[in-house]
Amino acid sequence: MHEIQSSQITEAVAELCQRVNFELPEEVQAALRRTRKTATTDVARMILDQLRDNARLAREERIPYCQDTGLVVVFVELGQEVHLVGDDIHTAIDAGVRQGYQDGYLRPSVVSNPLDRATNTGDNTPAIVHLRMVAGDGLTLHLAAKGGGSENMSALWMLTPAAGRQGIIEAIVERIREAGGKPCPPLILGVGIGGDLEKAALLAKEALFRPLGQPSDDPELAELEQEILAAVNATGVGPMGLGGADTALAVHLLSYPCHIASLPVALNVQCHAARHGSVTF
Amino acid sequence: MSSDTKQIQLPLTAEAIGDLHAGDAVALSGIVYTARDAAHQRLTSALEAGQQLPIDLAGSVMYYCGPTPASPERVIGAAGPTTSARMDAFAPQLYAAGVPATIGKGQRAREVREACREYGGLYLVATGGAGALLASFIIEAQVVAYPDLGPEAIRKLTVAGLPVLVGYDTHGGSIFPNDEKLD
Repeated sequence: MHEIQSSQITEAVAELCQRVNFELPEEVQAALRRTRKTATTDVARMILDQLRDNARLAREERIPYCQDTGLVVVFVELGQEVHLVGDDIHTAIDAGVRQGYQDGYLRPSVVSNPLDRATNTGDNTPAIVHLRMVAGDGLTLHLAAKGGGSENMSALWMLTPAAGRQGIIEAIVERIREAGGKPCPPLILGVGIGGDLEKAALLAKEALFRPLGQPSDDPELAELEQEILAAVNATGVGPMGLGGADTALAVHLLSYPCHIASLPVALNVQCHAARHGSVTF
Repeated sequence: MSSDTKQIQLPLTAEAIGDLHAGDAVALSGIVYTARDAAHQRLTSALEAGQQLPIDLAGSVMYYCGPTPASPERVIGAAGPTTSARMDAFAPQLYAAGVPATIGKGQRAREVREACREYGGLYLVATGGAGALLASFIIEAQVVAYPDLGPEAIRKLTVAGLPVLVGYDTHGGSIFPNDEKLD
C-alpha cells in the first residue's frame, strides 16, 4: 500500500499551476518555431515572432504567458493500491489551485454562479477534476490551465453513423472556419469520436494532453488526424484569424466504442497557449 | 514591428483615424481603458438609464482586457486582448457615445464594422495570448471604476508603443480574409 499525504497533492498542484502558466511546454514552442519557418504571410510571421518573444518573457520574468490563466482541469489516475491520507482528493487539488493562483499572481477567472455572474470565487477554484481508478500503486495528475476563448469555440455533434469520416471532417472544418481568430490560432484540436455524449467530450479534452503532434497509435485514426489537419489548414484562417495556412499545429483523436445508432463527435479547441503538465507520485 | 509601423499618439484625431487602413501596423502611445464583459454590462446599463458614467467615453479607447494581478514589482500582470465578439452587442452603443477605437482579438459582427464606418471609429487587433509581451508596453495602470469586478474592473492604462494592427478601418475595410464586403 502506497501512502500519499493530501498535502503532497496540494503542493504539486500549486507548483504545476504556476509552472504551466510561466513556461509554455517546449514541444509547443518547437511547433510554433516550425510554423514560423513555413509561414506564408508577413502578418503570420510577425505574430509568430511575438509569440516566441512572449514565451521567453513569460519564462524569464515569471509573468503569465497569457492573461487568461485558465480554468484548471485535472485528470487523475489513481492506483487502486494507493491510500490517500488527509483531505479528500478534490479538496487537496482545490487547495493547490488556491495556493498556486494566489502566490503566483495568476488571474482568478471563475464566477461562482454562471447565471448571475456577480461573484468571482477569487482563487480560481473549483478545478474541474476527472478521476479514474487504475491498477497499481501510483498516482498521476495531468493538469491543464484551459483558456476560455478557445474553450468557447469547442463543439459537440451527435452525427448519424452514415455521416462517417466525411461528416466528422466537415463539422470540424466548418466550426474552425466560423471561429476564425476568436480561439487564438494556431490551434491544437482535441477530438473525441464515439462513446456517448459525455464520453466524447472527455476524450476530446484528454486528447489535448497527448504530446503535441504525436500521432495516434491507431493507424486509421492517425491518417484521419492528418486529413483533418490538412483540411483545417486549407481554410485560410491563419494565425489570429488574419489569414495564412497555419490555422492548426496538430489534431489529436481518441475514439471509443459506441451505440449502433450513434456517432458522437466532440471537438475541444486549444489555443497556442497549450499549458499543461503532469506529476507522478 | 516593422519599420512601416505608424506611431500614433492618443487621443486619436479624426484625421489620424481617416488615414488608417485595415492591415496597417500601429504603435499606440497614450491612455487606454480596459473593459470586458461585466464592465460593458454596467457601462451600457448606465448609458441606457441616463446615469453618470465613471469614465468619459468620448475620446476614450477601450481595450478588451482582464489582466492578471500585478506582482509587487510590476505595474500590471499579463495583459493581452480577450475575444472581441463577446462585446459586439455593446460596441455600436459605445462608438455612438464617442469611443473612437476598441482593441481586442478576432473578427466581429458586421454591425461593429458598420458602426466604425458610421461613427468614424476603428477596431484594432492585438495578438491574443501574448499577454506577457503586451504588458511590457504598459507603463502605468490604475483601477478607475468597478473595483469589485476584480480582473474585470476598468483600468486606466498608459501605453508606450503598444503594437496593434488595424482590424476594421472607418472606410469599411477589414483585415479578416473571410469578412464579406460592406455595401
